[in-house]
Amino acid sequence: MVVDHISFQIEKGKLFGFLGPNGAGKTTTLRMMTGIIKPDSGSVSIMGYDIQRDTLKAKQIMGIVPETNGYYSDLSAWDNIMFMAEIYGVSRKRAKKLAEELLEKTGLIERKDQKVSRFSQGMKRRLVLAMAFINDPEVLFLDEPTSGLDVKSRQFIMEIVKEFSVTGGTVFMTTHDIKEANWLCDQIAIINKGKIIAVDTPSKLKRQIRNLQAVEVSFSTDVNPEELKSINKVAIVKKIDGKIKLYTDEPGSVVEGVVGYAVSRGLKITHLATLSPSLEDVFLEITKGESNNG
Amino acid sequence: MDDMFSQASRCLAITKKDIRIYYLRGPVIIFGILIPLFFFFAYSVGRNIPKEFLFSGLLGITLFFGSTSVSPMIFPWEARMKTLERLISSPLLIETILLGDMLASFIFGITITTIPLLVGMVVGLNISSFLVLILGIVLAGLCFSALGLLFSVPPSSMPSSIMLLSNLVKFPLLFISGIIIPLEKMPVWGRTLASISPLTYFVDLMRGTFQGANYYSIFHNLISLILFSIAFLAIAIIGHKRTLEKRLYS
Repeated sequence: MVVDHISFQIEKGKLFGFLGPNGAGKTTTLRMMTGIIKPDSGSVSIMGYDIQRDTLKAKQIMGIVPETNGYYSDLSAWDNIMFMAEIYGVSRKRAKKLAEELLEKTGLIERKDQKVSRFSQGMKRRLVLAMAFINDPEVLFLDEPTSGLDVKSRQFIMEIVKEFSVTGGTVFMTTHDIKEANWLCDQIAIINKGKIIAVDTPSKLKRQIRNLQAVEVSFSTDVNPEELKSINKVAIVKKIDGKIKLYTDEPGSVVEGVVGYAVSRGLKITHLATLSPSLEDVFLEITKGESNNG
Repeated sequence: MDDMFSQASRCLAITKKDIRIYYLRGPVIIFGILIPLFFFFAYSVGRNIPKEFLFSGLLGITLFFGSTSVSPMIFPWEARMKTLERLISSPLLIETILLGDMLASFIFGITITTIPLLVGMVVGLNISSFLVLILGIVLAGLCFSALGLLFSVPPSSMPSSIMLLSNLVKFPLLFISGIIIPLEKMPVWGRTLASISPLTYFVDLMRGTFQGANYYSIFHNLISLILFSIAFLAIAIIGHKRTLEKRLYS
């Protein structure tokens, strides 16, 4: 079984990130949501349309950016986008206007008549993104949209997706890039081994893992980190790059403890900061828990 | 009804795409003409056979090979290039995609077949009924195109495997069809075998049109082609629906 009893809702106009390691079931979930494969049981509703019963209506309001290809290399960028317009039933006049706008926006207008086989990877992804918008979608599905791209193309695609969401479009995006999900998404689901193990906003997810909060400190002279374990509420002590990291679920108490420790020993504090867990920490912590359970 | 019209126009978009990408290629066109010519000369050179008999066979081979040459490869090829997944995620019925592929194959088959037909007319081929000739070519074109779709049902993303499979079926269907040995000269078991090849009915129809030497009645031939077309198309649609998911993961 690839995915097992998953359930979630995406609020209209929100950008939903589907985060998970390779093979977790992200693409399978996307394929079920877009009507490419049928789930053994359960249902998917897109803007009120059941993907199994109202398949064509549901697909008509979707924009799709598949993980790989999705374009015809032997056709030009223009012909690809016009073909997409035809299979979405967009009138020729409207399609021409939209195609020009989209190719302009994605920086491909100058090369619109060139065969896609001659495009770079970044240009191909931008074309696929332009093709996804040709039917004025209400919901955009993206499967690892920035995977394997250079920083500039990645940034460009993320900005277009963000803009779509800001203007009221709903986005479902699979990714294994935590930074991307953190920057883009209003809500994130973490999937591992076919099961959703957390769904929340990035900030709430970070707060959810309270014991991953930390106080980072360094002193003017070397200190044995083991001594800091005795400070009240400190769970774990690690020394990383000359700084001592004290993991805790109560960073305030630990800061007080660290200051008291420094005063009692006549040490000068050169750096003191409280650290929230990164989404990466959360992801690793949650998936580690799941792996242990499995 | 609206849905039907909208699917029909999207079907034409698939046809147009197929023709541009898969058919309008030098090698495809050249082989579409050369393969039937090769068979034609291999069979006719040095033998005293009436031109009416030869041309009915040549038209049969051209239409048969032309209509089944590329269409079996489109599904595996598009599955491999991941464009099939993109098509399936768009508002298209599987029937729309298949009919679009079939129409492209039909147009290519018919177009290629006009070449030997025109040559035949230039060399003085006698055509007793243009209506039967056109009806026969159209129905056989549809029938062979539907057969092409059937070949691509196995969920392989390797076009070469499908090509092998289609040739394994196409050549026997060609040899038993009465192109080489006329139906009336075949033993009973030979005629029984010939009856399972749709090509038999087209070639017999052409012999009737060119020579007045048809074995079956015109009606029998036309109905047979219609029934074969319906059966091939229905089985292809059911088969493709069943194998689609496997194909995406192959």
